[in-house]
Order: sequence, then structure tokens, then C-alpha cells
Amino acid sequence: MVSGMTSLGDSLRIQGRVIHALLLREIITRYGRHNLGFLWLFFEPMLFTGGVLTVRSLLHAQESGWPLAPFCVTGYATVLMWRNTIGRSGNAVEPNRSLLHHRNVRVLDLYLARILLEIAGTSMSFAFLYSALMLVGAVPVPADVSQMLLAWGLLVWFSVSMALVVGPLATLSDAFERFWHVFAYLFLPASGAFFSVQHLAPSLQAVAVWVPTVTCTELLRAGVFGPSYTPYTAIPYVLCLNLALMLPGLWLIRVVQRTTEGA
Amino acid sequence: MIRLENVSKTYRVRGGHHTVLDAVSLSIPAGAKIGILGANGAGKSTLVRLISGAEQPTRGRIERGLSVSWPLALSGAFQGSLTGVDNVYFICRLYGADPTRALQYVEDFAELGKFLREPVKHYSSGMQARLAFALSMVIEFDCFLIDEVITVGDARFKAKCHVELFEKRADRAMIIVSHEPGFIRDHCEAAAVLRDGRLSAVMPVDSAYAEYTAAASVP
Repeated sequence: MVSGMTSLGDSLRIQGRVIHALLLREIITRYGRHNLGFLWLFFEPMLFTGGVLTVRSLLHAQESGWPLAPFCVTGYATVLMWRNTIGRSGNAVEPNRSLLHHRNVRVLDLYLARILLEIAGTSMSFAFLYSALMLVGAVPVPADVSQMLLAWGLLVWFSVSMALVVGPLATLSDAFERFWHVFAYLFLPASGAFFSVQHLAPSLQAVAVWVPTVTCTELLRAGVFGPSYTPYTAIPYVLCLNLALMLPGLWLIRVVQRTTEGA
Repeated sequence: MIRLENVSKTYRVRGGHHTVLDAVSLSIPAGAKIGILGANGAGKSTLVRLISGAEQPTRGRIERGLSVSWPLALSGAFQGSLTGVDNVYFICRLYGADPTRALQYVEDFAELGKFLREPVKHYSSGMQARLAFALSMVIEFDCFLIDEVITVGDARFKAKCHVELFEKRADRAMIIVSHEPGFIRDHCEAAAVLRDGRLSAVMPVDSAYAEYTAAASVP
């Protein structure tokens, strides 16, 4: 029999169970069982990065001063991570409203399941794509994997924190959601994916490190290229920002929880 | 015991607020069968959503000392691209139930045959309702929340549902919300009337029925 009262430990166990259930449900819903099924989860971002890479090498783009393949792969992987995780969190609640009838399912779980799925997908696709390109010799063996992991960890945390703010705001306001997609697109050139800070003018360098994704991209590339790449970073700033964003995020989720209208 | 204390629910509408439930109080002890009678628009569905927890009250408190089911036979929770089996597994994961037993039970009870392994969007509405009812019986709740009369399938299937819910689970509490007094009279020992967002005291079913019809029909 399902008991009415629960302790903290039970609550955490239930939440884990709920998020697991939601994750599997979402994978089947989004990718179906036919052809590749859940493999689309990382095949989709991989196709995107691979496609961009092909087009750009055909155009002989060399503006960055670094080998094209590793520069592009690291750039697009970071873009896909923050853009998909943040952008898709806006639609986490709407299609799942009726699930809130289940006592265990809370609004926070809907967001977390969606966010975890995006993180898992983009992380796996980056790992696979990089490994595949490494095998054919298109990208170097990473000089410092731990630095890459640090970069990825910071990026994941930033994406989660942002998604917990942007997701609820987009749920609460359609106008915000539209605005966000435009903003995310316009933000692309500033995100750090297409430039390396050491090649910028000094006045721009000082500005660029205030963009949180720049720190992540720089660190990731330093991990790939090694000492020849001088990363411009602001790690303590990104850490503080990530932490600071969680508070309004969790508060906004409470607002959604309080005001959401079930199906 | 499930207890609602001065629960109000207000929605924002164009040009102000609309109060759907106004200071509603209700207690459901373990094992009690309570009916809520209300005409269309009286606030029944909102009350169901608040008790199930799908929405939060604007004011007031809801205490759940018993585990409460989702609204029985709710088929809105189905995702069209999921199969019947997916839905069984999903519910089992949510509530920590044994999936093999649950699947066996749904296979036997819902009588969907090979359709259980097809996406729900290919189901007829009757098949969806059968799956939904069977799923609702997979998890053992202390209190079942029943929204409107259960109209599942033909007479034989209805009889099966009746045995499953009202005979095998006769010891559970039930909250039956309906605009149809007959169903409540058959299954509840007491009822309250919901009108314009206000809930009467719980009273014997016949008194509730008299009050409900007196208000509903102009002589």
C-alpha cells in the first residue's frame, strides 16, 4: 500500500524514481522505437556538428587560427549544450500537465527530467564525435582530459542553472519564450564558439571573459590543444554565477508549481 | 484522514479574478465513501485537481494522511506514442510497483490483446478507457478519487469494473464526484453538495440528493 506520509530519505528515493520514469517516457515519446530509436538522442547533435564541420572545411574557413576540426567540434558542442538544455526546458511542463495528477510528480521533476535528457544527449554526442574524429586523425588526442572535464562540468552546471530560470519564465510567459529564442540566436557570435579570446583585441578580451560560456569554451580548447592555447577564463565568476542563478530558479519553479493549472 | 481546510481556488481571468472554490472544508476518514454532487460548472473538476494535487489551492490547506489515487480512469495522462505496455511500466516506475505483476494484471483485465503493444493513439476511446481503468487498479491506494460516472465498455465490462473497485476494494476510502445522483446513491453513505464554489456539510445521501435537486430544478 502506498503510504501517506514520507520521510526525507523516502522523498529523495521517490524523486529519483519519478525522474527515471519521466526520462524513459520522454525518450520513447520524442524518438520513438522505429529506426534508430533513442540513438537519435546523440546522433542528432552529432549530425549537426558533423554537417557544420563539413560545410566549413569545404569553404576552407580558417579564421580562428586553429585547426578547423577540433576548433569547430569544441565550439558547437558547447553551443548545443547550453542552447538545447536551456531552450527545451521551456516546454517541459505544458505537454505533461496531466501527469501532475500523480501525487509523486512535481513541476521540478518535469524540468529536471527534460534537462537531464538534454545533458546526457549532448554529452554523449560530443564524446562519440570527438572519439570518432580522433580515430581518423581529424582531431588531436586531448592534451589534458581533466581540463576538458572541468570545462564540461562548468558548462553543464551553467546550463542547468540557466534552464531552471529560463524554463519557468518561458512556461509563465509565451512572450518571454519567443524573446529567449531570438536572444539565444543573437547571442551565438558572443558565446565563444567562433573565436578564441587570445586573438581578440585586448579591449574585447576584457569584455569576453564576462560571458560565462566563453570561459567554458576556452577551457575546453585548452584541454584539447594543450599549452599552446592560452585560455582566458573567469572560473570563480562562472562558479558564483551558477550558484547565484539556482536561487531564483528554484523560486520560479515554486511559482510555476503554485500557479500551474492541471489538465 | 484527508482534510481540506478552508480551501479556495481563484483563477485569473480577463479583467480580474474568478473564484471557483470558496472556503471549502471536507474531511474523509479512512474507508469512508463520500459523494460530491454538483451541476456543470459548480467547481467539481477543480476540486478533483486540488485533491489529487495537480493544482495548488490559492488559500487554505489540504492534508493527506492517506495515499490518494489520480482521478480514476483518467485517460488524459496517456501519451499517444506510448504503447499500453509503456504506460504500465511508466506507472510502475512512478509508484515503485512490480511491473511483471502489473502487466499480467492489465493483460488479463483490460482485454486489449495484441493492442496492448500498440501505441495508444491507435486505440478506440473504449479501449483507452479500459486501459485507464486497469491501470488505476495496479496501484493500491488508501483513497480512490472518482471523477464522474465510470462509463467503461459494455455491460459485462462495467460489471467487472464494479467487482474490482467496489467489492474487492470495499475497505478503501472513495471520493466520488458527479452531477449524476444515481451513481453516488449506489456507492456512497454520505454526500455533500457543491454549488457556485461552496460546499455544503456532508449529510446522508438522500438529504444531499433532495438539496441538489431542489436547487437544480425550478418547480
